[in-house]
Amino acid sequence: MFVILPLVAMLGEVEWSRFGALITSESSVAALKLSLKTATASTIVCIVLGVPMAAVLARSSFRGLSVLRSLILLPLVLPPVVGGIALLYTFGRKGLLGSELEMLGIRIAFSTTAVVLAQAFVALPFLVVSLEGAMRTAGQRFEAVAATLGARPTTVLRRVTLPLVLPGLLSGAVLAFARSLGEFGATLTFAGSLEGVTRTLPLEIYLQREADADAAVALSLVLVVVAVVIVVAVRGRGSAGTL
Amino acid sequence: MKRSIGIAIALSLALVSGCGSSDDTSSSSSSSTTSAPAGKITVFAAASLKKTFTELADQLKADNPGAEVVFSLAGSSDLVAQLVQGAPADVFASADAANMTKATDAGLVAGSPVNFATNTLTIVVPPGNPKHVSSFADLANEGTQLVVCAPQVPCGSATRKVEGATGTKLAPVSEESSVTDVLNKVTSGQADAGVVYVTDAASAGDKVTAIAFPESAKAVNTYPIAVLKDAGNPTLAQKFVALVTGDKGKAVLANAGFAAP
Repeated sequence: MFVILPLVAMLGEVEWSRFGALITSESSVAALKLSLKTATASTIVCIVLGVPMAAVLARSSFRGLSVLRSLILLPLVLPPVVGGIALLYTFGRKGLLGSELEMLGIRIAFSTTAVVLAQAFVALPFLVVSLEGAMRTAGQRFEAVAATLGARPTTVLRRVTLPLVLPGLLSGAVLAFARSLGEFGATLTFAGSLEGVTRTLPLEIYLQREADADAAVALSLVLVVVAVVIVVAVRGRGSAGTL
Repeated sequence: MKRSIGIAIALSLALVSGCGSSDDTSSSSSSSTTSAPAGKITVFAAASLKKTFTELADQLKADNPGAEVVFSLAGSSDLVAQLVQGAPADVFASADAANMTKATDAGLVAGSPVNFATNTLTIVVPPGNPKHVSSFADLANEGTQLVVCAPQVPCGSATRKVEGATGTKLAPVSEESSVTDVLNKVTSGQADAGVVYVTDAASAGDKVTAIAFPESAKAVNTYPIAVLKDAGNPTLAQKFVALVTGDKGKAVLANAGFAAP
């Protein structure tokens, strides 16, 4: 009830006669395109960084592992705006790496790259948690058996480990994508807001609210629909993936 | 189920009213009932008024023992939206005429709003002015990373007005949704220049250098204040408005960089 009621209330506020025009306006389309593009890119970043992290968390045991896990999961509990500030002082022009990057001719501030960084920062834990769980559930017995049967480590990874954890990886990736799509606080703080470059759909909604509340509601509905599709997709995967 | 709806509604009401509610039974808490209990008012004020209004509220409390002032500080358009949705408040102070007009059009205002201050735009740059910005036209220089407010918010529409008046075509790297975000992008060194209000530049102290430009006179923002029709404590609300528009208010506002209307 607590979740559904506000959504229904929002549905009642949508001006259906203008709905089509509102969500296909130039700035809305630019924001939606940018959102999909950056969320895809940050999901890829999450996979590249998150798979090794999840493997380490699930498969190794050393002192400080739980501390490491807590650190990796930190963005999950951090307010996104705090994440944005942290990124600002790392990759910003006056940040920790800012001057080095500037020397290399790389400027992250106010670029689409900054949006992807902010999204990947907050979305990474979702992928790691989901994949680590899948890896732990799958266990190492099949891998051990394959190895004793003479399979090389790469073969084990390709033929045994990956197929076993694929559902976990997929649902993790979808969750990371969804979180990236909804990212707001870190993006606003770190990347700025410019149409077609850094103004993603949530930022566009926030801005439209100032001028045209109807447009904000219509765009919100678009994000709700995307979210519902994603949740349904994950649930479908989840039940298909259980053994 | 009914219970949970009730809780949800109560929660959202608490959210809407900022941090306090203006109930009429406020006198019950006053321990010192020496004079007539002054009661409590809720003031909805534009975020840029935070410092000055807090100071004036302290003055009001000193003048009226037992008085309590609760603030809800946010962007003016947010505040109007909350008021239209029925948020309980006694006084509304907007950072521009447009949002006060929205409130009067919705029939929320008692009497007519009074203009009590004006604010103009200024250029802010990091200390030392590394990009040598000296005029509004300089903001369009190539290689100067400029941040402004989006045209949808008051400071952005004011910037647009100056752009039009001067014939300068700005190419900002970011259009922020609040003036605070613009200021932060400059103080953190992300941007080379920003356009904010004189009062914002003043509040940032020596973290920025402000560069005044004559064209700012083309876009002066007026701050109106009004007592609301549904005020729970109109007497104290009226006193607060009188304080803000009076000599004391003028002095405090001028101190923060506001100009007289």
